Order: sequence, then structure tokens, then C-alpha cells
Amino acid sequence: MKQRYVYVLAALLAAIGLSVFFYKWQVLGFPLDEDQETPVWTIEAAVSFDSGPGSVKVQLQVPTLTPGFRVLNENSVSRGYGFGYDYGRGGREAQWAIRRARGEQTIYYRISVYEDKGVDQSDTTPPFPPLPGINEPIKTAVDVLVVDVRDHSADEASFTTELLRRMNDPSPDPNVELLLSGVDDDGDFVDIVTTILATARIPARMVRGFALSGRQRHAPVVAWLEVHDGDQWLYFNPATGEESLPSRFFVWWRGNEPLVNVEGGNNVAVDFAIQENHLDAVAIAETQAAQRGTSAVDFSLYSLPIQTQAVYGVLLMIPIGALVMVIMRNIVGIDAFGTFMPVLIALAFRETKLLWGVILFTTLVALGLSIRFMLERLRLLLVPRLSAVLIVVVLLMLLISLISHRLGMETGLSVALFPMVIIAMTIERMSVVWEERGASDAMRAGLGSLVVAIAAYVFMGMAWLEHLIFTFPELLLIILALVLLTGRYTGYRLTELRRFSELTRN
Amino acid sequence: MFAAARKLRDSGVLGLNERNAEFIMRLNPRRLYPRVDDKALTKELALAAGMAVPDLYGIIAHQGEVRDFAKIVSDRESFVVKPARGSGGDGILVVTGRSQRKRSSFRLSSGVIISEGEIRHHISNIVGGQYSLSGNRDKALIEYCVHFDPTFAEVSYQGVPDIRVVVYRGYPAMAMVRLPTRASDGKANLHQGAVGAGVDLGRGVTLGGVLDDHVIEEHPDTGALVAGLEIPQWEFILESSARGYEVTELGYLGVDMVIDRDRGPLILEMNARPGLNIQIANAAGLADRIARIERIHNADATPAERAAVAQREFAATA
Repeated sequence: MKQRYVYVLAALLAAIGLSVFFYKWQVLGFPLDEDQETPVWTIEAAVSFDSGPGSVKVQLQVPTLTPGFRVLNENSVSRGYGFGYDYGRGGREAQWAIRRARGEQTIYYRISVYEDKGVDQSDTTPPFPPLPGINEPIKTAVDVLVVDVRDHSADEASFTTELLRRMNDPSPDPNVELLLSGVDDDGDFVDIVTTILATARIPARMVRGFALSGRQRHAPVVAWLEVHDGDQWLYFNPATGEESLPSRFFVWWRGNEPLVNVEGGNNVAVDFAIQENHLDAVAIAETQAAQRGTSAVDFSLYSLPIQTQAVYGVLLMIPIGALVMVIMRNIVGIDAFGTFMPVLIALAFRETKLLWGVILFTTLVALGLSIRFMLERLRLLLVPRLSAVLIVVVLLMLLISLISHRLGMETGLSVALFPMVIIAMTIERMSVVWEERGASDAMRAGLGSLVVAIAAYVFMGMAWLEHLIFTFPELLLIILALVLLTGRYTGYRLTELRRFSELTRN
Repeated sequence: MFAAARKLRDSGVLGLNERNAEFIMRLNPRRLYPRVDDKALTKELALAAGMAVPDLYGIIAHQGEVRDFAKIVSDRESFVVKPARGSGGDGILVVTGRSQRKRSSFRLSSGVIISEGEIRHHISNIVGGQYSLSGNRDKALIEYCVHFDPTFAEVSYQGVPDIRVVVYRGYPAMAMVRLPTRASDGKANLHQGAVGAGVDLGRGVTLGGVLDDHVIEEHPDTGALVAGLEIPQWEFILESSARGYEVTELGYLGVDMVIDRDRGPLILEMNARPGLNIQIANAAGLADRIARIERIHNADATPAERAAVAQREFAATA
């Protein structure tokens, strides 16, 4: 009966731990791997112009909705300018203003984004566009083209494809030729196309942005066509009519608004530079979780002050040590002093590193033990004797530190943090066992403690494990479940297989 | 590895984890532990139940009383000093007599002469808690030193051999005789190097022996054969140990007895966590016997009836 409670409890704990872990890993994107980094693109717009004599006001279109990308941060570098954001016709605008500027001016706007497939175009369905007011003879050309294309298409998407095919025809018909007569660049081309689509009462707009890849200076602005089919926005390559989007296409602004508008300046130029960085995935996951408003991040250890984080980095490994301890004692069956002494010794090894720690530990215990036996002759009472051992241990540590410093071995100094109380207690326990059960028992238990401590140290020192537990503290619930299960393990210990081997002879 | 574990399981061998989780935790509630952990209390309860125990000469419970030691033993030639809450035989001092030249010096069972001051220091240590299970303050018992029966003289090196009976829910399940060796310093504890000899519950005759988990035939110091020794008053021993269940109410119990030359079997102490070496000494598994006891268990049986049933049930077949 009790057995079943333990199983249910362990399963429950493991289920909670695992589900929180999976949520944080899969949904929030916390990294399993310490070195895992997510590419982050920083796009910088440099607006340069020659300022006039009076006040200057600059408006720059900046990203509003960015399907496929999430914004990490944005900022502006502009000395002396007042800065703010505003919503204009085309979306968000960055605005700078200054009373008086002199000579050539450059203003920077910077935005950092990372890929996230979960970000969708979340516009509302647009209304049917009003008939554009265009003049003859263009109007007739457009009307004729619309009627013709409509006959050759079934819906918004096929209409758009057919229209773009005709517009891109190397030997266009006269109507198209007329429409394209004033077109200088991609932007103008897409602008004409949206006008034609508006005449056909199809909501469409121009999007402009960048295909992000690596590091680009003077990144070209790519114009693309967005058409709404009643349910969602579709993307069309204006040059081919194909329904597609360049890979990693980052939308900067929509509509036919000019990118930049400078009042009180001339010779305006905007230059884009793209830089790919790699950022710690944890930081990104936290930003993302904060944007989602989930509480998972409120309880994240990364929100603690750095000092406290360092302490928890160590503390959270103690359960790992305890698990190793439980396995070593109850499943392997190694003798050790005390219940948690080996885990504490392992913690002490963290300060000194393993080899030096083992050497120090055995030296100190051996020296302390011989002194303990000398004290035995004085017939001291228990507590004064323990205290005497403690004082001797402190003196021995001091001596070792001084000697190792003299010899130029700096690691000896870290012994100051070595928990001497643990050593003093080990010495006392060992001496009692030594006296009462003989040297072999004392040695065996001492060695067992050391072995368990080393095993605990090895596991507690695994960097990836430390990262995993620190990022996903809920995994401790799984360790708790394992410990509970071991608590009901009634099978043989490994050492018993040898111990009782005589019994299986017959 | 798994094959070895299966073989042990098939032989009915009880492992430490199973002993702890299945028997000690289930049958030995913690509140009953003082009855066996405090030897002064054990002695009191056993006396009240009409069982034979070594006489108590005195108890020293405080440092201030340590100086009363000489008075307590003033008219005693031999005695034993032991911690009330000691474990595994730690801290026991067996004084077999006084020095012939100086009455304030004592001869230990090992032959070593120690002064009264040294014994007082030892008592101080006991009272200070050096040998107690939790390191807490303790009491020192000073009691009758058993003059052991010559039955085991040939197979003991100094010290007092004792008989350990493991009692499961009031039924004796397995027994062994623990024989001191030179290595065990006269102590009858297997992990200190004493020899354990299995006992045929049916006839009270020793079987083969075990030393440090290995089967032996001869005592390592005396060279005498360990097997074939007949334990006197065997029925009484079985019944006394069965009665240990009534005294302690512990379902998984180890009863340690000694046979005194003059006074017969005496209960020395009882143990709530008897070790598992007894299985090696008997070349038999405890799990097996426990399963058999579960089948024949009768809650209304008297200790004598239970002892008789166990004697029949677990008699060696050879």
C-alpha cells in the first residue's frame, strides 16, 4: 500500500518536473545547452543629410509588424535630437527633431531581431480599397488590363499572378507599356501594381524590407507585393509573379510612404547595414517569456542578482550530490562516514579542485588523526577534545597555506575556504571507529567517504548539468522522485552480491 | 550481476535495503527503540518480564558521579563497564579482576592492566556521549561480569562468546554463536573480527563458522573445530529470546544472550537492527525463514509455544 503511494508521488513529481521542463524548453525556447546561441540580426539605418539653417525634423519609417521575427530591442543614436515614436499612415515612424543643427548630420536607428516562426501577420482584414483617382489615358489602360486579366483568372491570387506575368512580359502589350512608362525602380513598379489591384477591388500593398543574411553593408531595400485574399496576406514576388517570400525576409515598412522625410535638410540618404550576432539563447527566451506574460520567467533564477545566482549555482548541485550519495550507499553499498559528509566534502573539493582537494583532505585527516591519538593520552572530555582537534586542524591548514605559498603553489591558499569543521568531524568519527573497530574498518569507511565524495564531485562539477539544473530548477523534482524511489528499493546492494556470495555456493 | 542477484533471491537471502525498508521500518516503530537502545531500560523491562539478566551494580549518569566509581566497585573483583546507548559493542570494558599488587588497578579481559583513572576517563567519555548512537550524553552501566560457561572455551580467544537469536514477530528465526578472536579484542562482534557460528535451531548444535564474510571450520586462534558444539539449556534460550518480543514489541529483533557458568543463560542486550551476517554463519537466507514464519504465525501463541514451533520448523534436516 505504502509502496504504491511512493510510486504515485514519484510519478506525480516527475510529471510536474518534466512538463514544466518541456514547456520552458519547447515553448519558451530555453536552451538545453549552455553554449546554445540564437542568431540575432541588428539592422541599422543611417539617415544622413545636410541640415539647413533652421530647425530640423526627421521622420523615418520603422518596423511595425514583423512576421517571422521578434524584436529584441531598438534604439536610436542621435546626439542632441529629441526622439520619439509615432504612428503614421504606413505604420510606426521614428521622429527626431532639433532646433538648430549645423552641417552634415547622421542619425542612426538600430533594431535587433531574431527569428521566431510563431510571429504571424496579425493585421485585421483590410476593407476593399476605394477606386483610385487616376487620370486618362492611364485610367482606360488600367480598366482594359483589369478586365482582360480578370477573364484569365479565378481569384485574388491567380489575378495577381496573371497581372504580374503581363507586367513583366519582355514584349508588353501597349496598355502595359503605357503604365510602365514612368517606372524607375521596383518601388514604382509595385506601386503601379497596387493601383491596378485597387481598381480590381483587391486589397494590396507594397512591403519593403531586407533578406537577412550574414553581414551586409549598404543592404538593398527589397520591394515586395502583399495581397489579401480575404483570409490572409499573401506575398508575391513582383518580378516573377510567384507567390513566395525571400528567405528571412524582414519587413521594414508597408505602403507607398517614403522611407524618410526630412524637413529642413537636403541631400537626404538612408543607408542600411545588417549585422548578424549570436546571443545567449537564455536571454532571448527570457525576453520572449516576458513578452508572453508567462510567470515562468518571474521564477527564473536568472532574475536574481548575480551574487545570489552564483550561490544557487552551487546550492542547486547539492541535490545531485545527494542523489549520487543515495545511489552509492543504498544501491552500490559503499561504507561512508555520516549521512551527508561525503557531499559536504565534495562541496569542499569545488574550492580546491579534485586532485589538490584529495591530497589536502587525506593529509589533513591523517595529520589530524595522529594528533587526535596524541590528545587521547591526555584523557580529555569529549567536547574539549573535539574543539582541540578543530583548533589543530585550523593550525594545520594555516601551515599548509603558508608552505604552499612559499613554494609558489597558489592553490594551497584556497584551502582557507575548505570547511574545516567537516575535516574535524571526519577525524573524530574516524578515530572512534579506528579505536573501536580497528584500523581496517576506519580506513574502509574513510576511503568509502572519499570515493563517494569524488563521485559526487564529478557529477556536481558537470558544467552542462549545472546549466541544465540552473535553467530548469524543476528538474530537481525528478531527482526528488528518483530519491523517493530509491527509498523503497528493497533489492540487494552491489556489495552484498559479493558479501553473500558464499550463500549461493550450494 | 543480475544473475548473481537472482541467485541470492532464490536462496532466500535478505539484503540490507529489504531488511530496512520491509522489516525494520514496518515492524519496529521508532518509539519502541529506547527499549533496546537504552540498555538500562532493557534490563529493567527484561527483569520485570521475569527474564534473567546480569546484575546491575550501578549507573553513572553525570560527570560528577564519575568519582563514585570506586565506591560502586569497592567489593567487586570483576565487572563490566558499558555505555547504555552504545552500538555494536563499542565502548565496553570487561574487567576480570584487580591487580595483585595494587587494588586500584584493574585487569582487563585482554590481560592489560589499567588504572582506576583510566577507567574513570573511559566512563567520562561514555557519559560525554562518545559511544552513543547520536553523540548525545549517555549513561555508563557497571554490571556483573559473566563467567562464561566452558562450552565455548575451546573456540574463544578471551572475552565472552554470546548467542544471537534473530526473532521475527516473536518467533526465533535464526541463531548464531559469536566467538571472540584475538582480532576482535575479546569482543563478540562479527564486524570487529569475531567468528560467527550458525546454530541448528532444532538441537542447539553449532554448524560451520564465518569470519569476515568467509566460511571457516576452525577458530583462527585456538584451531578448535567450530561446528558440533552443543549449547546448554537450548530450549530455555529459545524461549527467552521469543519472550524478547513481548518485552520490546519489536517485530524484527536480535536478542543477545550469554551463558553464565553459575546462573545459566542471561540476556545481555537486544537489538532493533540485527545484522545480516547471521545468514552467512548459517548458510541460509533469512527472507526464506521469515516467509515461513509468516505462514505459521499465530498471534495468540505463548513464547514457549512459539519457541517450540520454531525449533521444529527450523531444525536442520541433515
